[in-house]
Amino acid sequence: MYNIDIRGVLVKGNKTCAQVSDDILRPLEAKSPPMWWYFAIFITLMMIGLGLWGIYVTIDTGIGTWGVNNNVAWGFGIINFVWWIGIGHAGTAFSIFLLILRQKWRSSINRAAEAMTVVAVICAGMFPMLHMGRIWDAIFVFPYWNTRGPLWVNFNSPLFWDVVAISTYLMASAVFWYVGMIPDFALIRERATSRIKKSVYGFLSFGWVGTAKGWLRFETASLLLGGLAAPLVIAVHSIVSMDFATSIVPGWHTTIFPPYFVIGAIFSGFGMVLTLMIIVRKVFKYEDYVTRSHLDAIARILVFISLIMGTAYTTELFVAWYSGGDYEMFTFMKNRVTGEYTFAFWTMITCNAFIPQLFWFKKIRSSILLVFIISIFINIGMWFERYVIVVTSLSKDFLPAMWASYSATFVEVSIFIGTLGIFALGILLFFRYIPMIAISEIKGILKPTSILKNDDHGKN
Amino acid sequence: MKKYWQSIEEYKDILKSESHPEPDPKREPLPEFSVEGLSEEEKSGNHSRRDFLKMLGFTVGYAALANSCEMPVRKAIPYLHQPEEIVPGIANYYASTFFDGHDYNSILVKTREGRPIKIEGNELSSITRGGTQARVQASVLSLYDIARLQSPLKDNSTSSWEVIDREVPAQLEKLAAEGKKIVLLSTTVISPSTRSVINEFIEKYPTTAWVVYDTASASAMLTANEANFGVKAIPSYRFDNADLIVGFNADFQGNWLSPVEFTKQYVKGRDLLHGQETMSKHIQYESYLSLTGSNADYRVSIKPSEEGIILLNLHNEIAKSSGAATYKVAASPVEIKSLAKELLKNKGKSLVVSGTNDPGIQTTVNAINYLLGNYGQTIDLNTPSFLRQGTDNEMEKLVDEMHKGQVGALLFYNVNPLYDYPDADKFLAGMKKTELTVSFSDRLDETASKVGYVCPDNHYLESWNDAEPKKNYFSMVQPAIQKIFDTRQVQGTLLTWTGSDPDFLEYMQRYWETNIFPMQESTVSFIKFWNKSVHDGVFEIPAGPVEQPEFKTVGLKAASNGSSGKLELVLYEKIAIGTGKHANNPWLQELPDTITTATWDNYVCVPPKYAEEHELQDEDVVSINGSVELPVLIQPGQASGTIAIAVGYGRTSAGKVGDGIGKNVFHLMDKKNGLRKFGGTFVRLEKTEKTYPLARTQVHHTMEHRAIVRETTLTEFLKNPKSGNEMHANVAKQNLTLYSIPEFDGYHWGMAVNLNACIGCANCVISCQAENNVAVIGKEEVKNRRIMHWMRIDRYYSEDADNPEVTRIPVMCQHCDNAPCENVCPVAATPHSNEGLNQMAYNRCIGTRYCMNNCPYKVRRFNWYEYTDNPEFPYNFDNEQEKLVLNPDVTVRSRGVVEKCSLCVQRIQEKKLEAKREGRPLREGEIKMACQQSCPGNAIIFGDMNDPDSEISKVLENPRTYQLLEQIHTLPSVNYITKIRNKDPNEKHRNYEGYMGYYSDYYKDGDEVHE
Repeated sequence: MYNIDIRGVLVKGNKTCAQVSDDILRPLEAKSPPMWWYFAIFITLMMIGLGLWGIYVTIDTGIGTWGVNNNVAWGFGIINFVWWIGIGHAGTAFSIFLLILRQKWRSSINRAAEAMTVVAVICAGMFPMLHMGRIWDAIFVFPYWNTRGPLWVNFNSPLFWDVVAISTYLMASAVFWYVGMIPDFALIRERATSRIKKSVYGFLSFGWVGTAKGWLRFETASLLLGGLAAPLVIAVHSIVSMDFATSIVPGWHTTIFPPYFVIGAIFSGFGMVLTLMIIVRKVFKYEDYVTRSHLDAIARILVFISLIMGTAYTTELFVAWYSGGDYEMFTFMKNRVTGEYTFAFWTMITCNAFIPQLFWFKKIRSSILLVFIISIFINIGMWFERYVIVVTSLSKDFLPAMWASYSATFVEVSIFIGTLGIFALGILLFFRYIPMIAISEIKGILKPTSILKNDDHGKN
Repeated sequence: MKKYWQSIEEYKDILKSESHPEPDPKREPLPEFSVEGLSEEEKSGNHSRRDFLKMLGFTVGYAALANSCEMPVRKAIPYLHQPEEIVPGIANYYASTFFDGHDYNSILVKTREGRPIKIEGNELSSITRGGTQARVQASVLSLYDIARLQSPLKDNSTSSWEVIDREVPAQLEKLAAEGKKIVLLSTTVISPSTRSVINEFIEKYPTTAWVVYDTASASAMLTANEANFGVKAIPSYRFDNADLIVGFNADFQGNWLSPVEFTKQYVKGRDLLHGQETMSKHIQYESYLSLTGSNADYRVSIKPSEEGIILLNLHNEIAKSSGAATYKVAASPVEIKSLAKELLKNKGKSLVVSGTNDPGIQTTVNAINYLLGNYGQTIDLNTPSFLRQGTDNEMEKLVDEMHKGQVGALLFYNVNPLYDYPDADKFLAGMKKTELTVSFSDRLDETASKVGYVCPDNHYLESWNDAEPKKNYFSMVQPAIQKIFDTRQVQGTLLTWTGSDPDFLEYMQRYWETNIFPMQESTVSFIKFWNKSVHDGVFEIPAGPVEQPEFKTVGLKAASNGSSGKLELVLYEKIAIGTGKHANNPWLQELPDTITTATWDNYVCVPPKYAEEHELQDEDVVSINGSVELPVLIQPGQASGTIAIAVGYGRTSAGKVGDGIGKNVFHLMDKKNGLRKFGGTFVRLEKTEKTYPLARTQVHHTMEHRAIVRETTLTEFLKNPKSGNEMHANVAKQNLTLYSIPEFDGYHWGMAVNLNACIGCANCVISCQAENNVAVIGKEEVKNRRIMHWMRIDRYYSEDADNPEVTRIPVMCQHCDNAPCENVCPVAATPHSNEGLNQMAYNRCIGTRYCMNNCPYKVRRFNWYEYTDNPEFPYNFDNEQEKLVLNPDVTVRSRGVVEKCSLCVQRIQEKKLEAKREGRPLREGEIKMACQQSCPGNAIIFGDMNDPDSEISKVLENPRTYQLLEQIHTLPSVNYITKIRNKDPNEKHRNYEGYMGYYSDYYKDGDEVHE
């Protein structure tokens, strides 16, 4: 059972169920959103506009507008793809793993995290497409029955499995997220005053009335979907890591990649959740629901994952040395630890392995500002991890005559900014139209995890 | 079935239904289809006008939509009268000759459906023996150059041949009658018939003087030989007969005289693959790192001003031992005693050459060779070479006369002095005093744009001509296409102006019948002789054995020009651009320099020490004498106290591609005593604040101790043929795999590159580009590391940065049997053929570029942009005319797909079909790759690895053979054969020794390896 005395209160302020509904639905039920919301929407639309320009240029003129070349054929596109996919791990990881581990504190965060997953995976999914030389032939990657004789996709290629994994993951996480929202939609429907709102949420809630039978089936569906999504979390990023690990490129060709990528993805996902929740609790005044003890819990997890990350980095270096592979050695020691890409490598190490260690200190964990700053460092560090993997390995591989460097062009950067815009826009819209904290779940944990006004056994 | 009833009524009903009722006359017959849900109008079939309009609208709209999606119709018009020799889809080859006043190559022209698309080497020529040069390979593109003039010009506006043929001869006659001088200024003309035409012209206009002006002049050699031997000629050289080759600033593999011929000889003298156990030793003394110098066993950096002193010291040292006269000279700046000793050891088997245009140096070289008894052995004066005939002071005299207004008419044939004459302004001033100026240039070049009449010459692929590069070695030029524009061959023009029959072919036949036909006795019919000569492309009368000619000693002295401390400039020719004649050829502009790997520019090569002292970095702009600003390129091997700049750049009137590329530096040429010398001008170098980007295809220059190019020394090789390649056997032994090694039932194509024969001339790169329709992408994109060449030559430096050892390795797709690119493609666009080829299906490729990443050889190229019909890439894919050079057998790739070497699959297929049609198996050596066919080093071997008798199979058995990056188990079909240097083994350590880690064991011989 959840022990308040040790773990702290999860919902503060002695809320009743009605208060919970009021608090969480406040942004949705407000007549008009606050000014900053419009301003933020405007900014994100500008960012998306820039991104659309980048996409237009890429499709209209060619990949030549990017900074990639014959030797470093992958760049920003793949870096950002992996980065977004990593962020997209948080939601499902939160929901599933914390559910399995019976971590009650997940309830106030999982909805936002799942929403984040869906948008992040959409952002991620754009990159492999844009990155193709002939996007108009993208259908070739699907194994469809065709009139070309025995011509099928190459089932050996990790890129094909990428397509399968990402589309499955997007589908599963979207369904999981949606199903979880059904009772909340019904609640909004009940409270809605306008007819349009009533009918829209009525439609979305699938006629949910909150019968015992309904709850039973809802729980079962959630469990089933959760059970389906859990292996997907592992699978998706393992497969993404195969994009690198099955190659022979020094620095990519390592067996540690699948677990390392999954952990890294969860790390970056949790980092992003932390960033996002700190902003959200502030601007939507959800401090009572996303409490310091929530943030503390995430920080504790991050310190643990950061240790795993550090171990993974060290293992890579050790294996490069232990294998005696000259090219591996060169990539790790002379092109990462030292050499042209030192900055990227040490940024990655510092941000991912060292800075999160500050979370050992309770003082730092309890300072929201510091936690926020560190979470930003984690986001940056994880971006650099992908940069280090993609660019350093390709830039100096087997034949020194073909060594080349890579720098992104404005078009690549603008597409990245565009996806940041899509992400931000998605989050902003969700906060306006979707309850960003799972109301039904909060109500479910209200009793055991908070001190209620009319509680008679709580004080015993 | 029993029917139960519950009431009488029901029973009656049952009875009723069982008996067949009469049809109800009032009921409508059933319609043929259901009318349920149809409106009344529809049921009745009466369509309203409105319906009609709706349908009409839909039909028209649909038809318009469907039709607008269709591809534009392209008409292929069949021959009205099909020429007998043309079979669509089958190539015809015509023997011909390339000579542009600089390079001579005997060639075969491949034509498809009547248009030349590729140049191949003519194996019947005993001079170039099937080899070609990059410039010659690229010349086929110049045929379609849109900068070519399409009609004659008068005062820079379109005119007609009638007008010109009326006006020019009249003026010439007038000038001749007035006794005014008419000057025909031409490059070297090696065509005997053309010389005869010119002589007729001179007869007709007796005041005519013929001045020969060579941009890369060998004037000093001509005068030196005249002084020493009484023959004003350049001898033939036999580099294959020499055991010791000493070159002084002579880039004989790249640009000097007859590089293809010399390379063929050089490689023959160093071939250790076919049983020979000796190889010549090559020592090069030079100021800049030339192609030839980069292949030398020993290379010594000297200043241009030191060359004469060193040579005279060498002469004295040799003369001392043979008791000949010695001359006073300053002490040699480099040690030459051991060289003299070695030369004396190789008397009659050595060869000393110098490319410097200085009579003092050339007479010294002659004296050295004479003392060593090399005449008759490695030098043949009885068969002189006619490739350079210009005497520099004649040109100087002409310029003076022009200045004085003594010249009445100037005819420019194949020369462009306003671009490449050092004192172009003076020349222009003189030209303005000339009444009649006529140019035969094929384009409006710097000179032609300033003359009165331009009478454009045909391209050589549209012309009849002949050539005599060496005495009694004749070769033919025959047209491979009807002339494309309203141009006329110079010979025809001159004949017209002489008043004779303008048909040059007839003239040539007459000339051959009277002058050349009698030189042989084997054929009695001239027609047969002619046809055979045209067919073979060559007619040669080998000279008999030669003896040491009589030698007239002339006093030798070396100019000591007190150069100490001054910076000396060396001008040089690049492999691609040469003297700049073909500057408008995009293939040549984009060919990476074989030493610096830079494209699309010239630059100042600065020695590393100088750069360090003066804080210069690559791409810093410096000003030379305050007159030219060029970027710096720090060049290992550049002699200290010197800088080098390539000529041939900075054209202002070459065409859209060549204009404004680099800077013209001909005015910096040394012009003392009327001799145009490429090296030796003293210059000032000033750093400016500017920088200028250079597009290089390689930016890292060492092998990082990786065993990429494996090499050894001759001594070690003779002891142990495996030497340098010990790791090959170890890799094979330690290669463990779970999978079976792929087997191929039929053919299994393989290639081998003999690194000891590859000199890095880059002929293969252009040949591949021409064969495979490889796009030109321009400087900016090359700088972005996106060059499209399917074949490249990686170049590595090792040892001393001031005088590095150079190693090279041509890299194309290795056609791995365990190809890393194949299994990562999600759409299976790059599969393996059942003959061992790694194929590319362009139509299937979606451009994920994973294959490019996973290719350890980095040979895959991506179409980053649409390179065809794109005004952003105005090279040769943007207009219909220049696209005629495309090989119809090879797909032109569109944007977004990956491409790479296909191992000339179209050539394999062509020969396979031919063999199938003739019902025979393929013959060994029948299929030749584009890179292989015209390789002047014979460095590339191709064949069926499944055929135990094929050359490639034998190479695979050779202990020198290895595969690039074999330790990663890609199982390449392309093999490499170790490079061997004729060097003291103690002076040389293999630069991949000290390779870190586990693989260091691989360098030990097989038995020493612990497993």
